[in-house]
Amino acid sequence: MIREFSSADVLFIMSAARWTLILSAIAFLGGAIGGLSIALARTSHGKWLRRIAAWFIQVFQGTPLLMQLFLVYFGLAVVGLPINPLLAAAVALTLHASAYLGEIWRGAIEAVPSGQTEAATALALSYPDRMRHVVLPQALRIATAPTVGFLVQLIKGTSLASIIGFTELTRAGQIVNNATFKPFLVFGTVAAIYFILCWPLSLLARHMETRMRRAITR
Amino acid sequence: MTEHAIIMRDVNKFYGAYHALVDVDLTVERGERIVICGPSGSGKSTLIRTINQLETIHSGTINVDGVELTAGGDNVAKVRQDVGMVFQSFNLFPHMTVLENCILAPMKTRKTPRAEAEQTARHYLERVKIPEQADKYPAQLSGGQQQRVAIARALCMKPRIMLFDEPTSALDPEMVKEVLDTMIDLAREGMTMLCVTHEMDFARAVADRVIFMDKGMIVEQGAPDVFFNNPQNERLKNFLGQIA
Ligand SMILES: Nc1ncnc2c1ncn2[C@@H]1O[C@H](COP(=O)(O)OP(=O)(O)OP(=O)(O)O)[C@@H](O)[C@H]1O
Ligand SMILES: [Mg+2]
Repeated sequence: MIREFSSADVLFIMSAARWTLILSAIAFLGGAIGGLSIALARTSHGKWLRRIAAWFIQVFQGTPLLMQLFLVYFGLAVVGLPINPLLAAAVALTLHASAYLGEIWRGAIEAVPSGQTEAATALALSYPDRMRHVVLPQALRIATAPTVGFLVQLIKGTSLASIIGFTELTRAGQIVNNATFKPFLVFGTVAAIYFILCWPLSLLARHMETRMRRAITR
Repeated sequence: MTEHAIIMRDVNKFYGAYHALVDVDLTVERGERIVICGPSGSGKSTLIRTINQLETIHSGTINVDGVELTAGGDNVAKVRQDVGMVFQSFNLFPHMTVLENCILAPMKTRKTPRAEAEQTARHYLERVKIPEQADKYPAQLSGGQQQRVAIARALCMKPRIMLFDEPTSALDPEMVKEVLDTMIDLAREGMTMLCVTHEMDFARAVADRVIFMDKGMIVEQGAPDVFFNNPQNERLKNFLGQIA
């Protein structure tokens, strides 16, 4: 039975957008912690730390996010650890974000002139103090625009969670479309909501990039 | 406590296969002011950077103010607290004000309370003659001012030894003097100083000893009048001819 596309459907889709945001937030926060660890490991003096971090980045950047999602969701179920779709999506997206943010921030840390670390070292500052007070604040400025850019990718990437049955924005659209069979209307609405979420961030990233470029050439 | 500020024995350093320091022996007395010169690539920077372990060494020993650098433990941290360094490119922290640049290390490594650290910082900014710039950012200062801030920042740690690596080479000519004057003041107060510089007037005015390096070796050294007026080594004669 096919019914009309009603305002209730719009509300249903909009409330599912909440899960898209929650999933994005979890993945971004988890990815920030993981990414910082990866970036610090990549720029450390420990040979094995650097290697392990590089390997982590290569694996997660070199395989499709969807496969990572399947591996976490179905893989864990097979070994007797069934987890719910939200948790699976959160774990997979966090790993994915850790790899990408780790690589972005590694580049930013390396872009801070080595003289900064040398001066801080000569002042007897410890590694944590050097990072916290000297290197990371400068790296952060360099990394802000690409980080916001990645956040946009991440929000769109959460749509893959629909495939393992997690009802976020995309999956809500599929459910409504199955009942109403108004694909243009339904997925148009869904796409519009993604756009409303992502567009301001894209603008922000571009704005910060120009500001950054101006700061460098000054 | 020894009476020597620095004792380097048989120090060797390699960058890959390149032998950057060759059997370097150097003893620096307390309060001694040493100028190091030599052609580009001769190992001057490498030499002074081993004293605060910005560069590790492959063999030999370095003793700084009675602390054996190569003995491990927290000796390196101890030595770095007592050794200040000034770089050619200033290396001020651009995201911090002048005052913040000066108080960071005392607060973090010496655990000095903020009020006291600020007081010390203002004192040294006064001494390098830029007290009014305390709340500016490095980018708002001239090169000469930035370098004087860098000197004040190092002094805020109350070091017993100061290392200078070509502190005036990146400066416009009209700013060289203000930085050299600051260094001369410091020398007059009895600071132990090792300066890599090609400012030979500075060497004549304040150095107790001038060292000439070539190919990673200390080739010749002596008091300025002997060093400049009666050089023995051919390469030194050549070098002095070029920079004069
Ligand atoms: N990090 C490094 N890796 C490889 N080689 C290096 C490194 N640092 C210095 N060297 C080499 O070691 C030699 C000595 O360098 P150093 O910087 O000590 O010379 P310098 O006397 O200070 O020269 P300059 O007057 O140009 O500053 C040079 O040949 C240089 O190319
Ligand atoms: Mg040098």
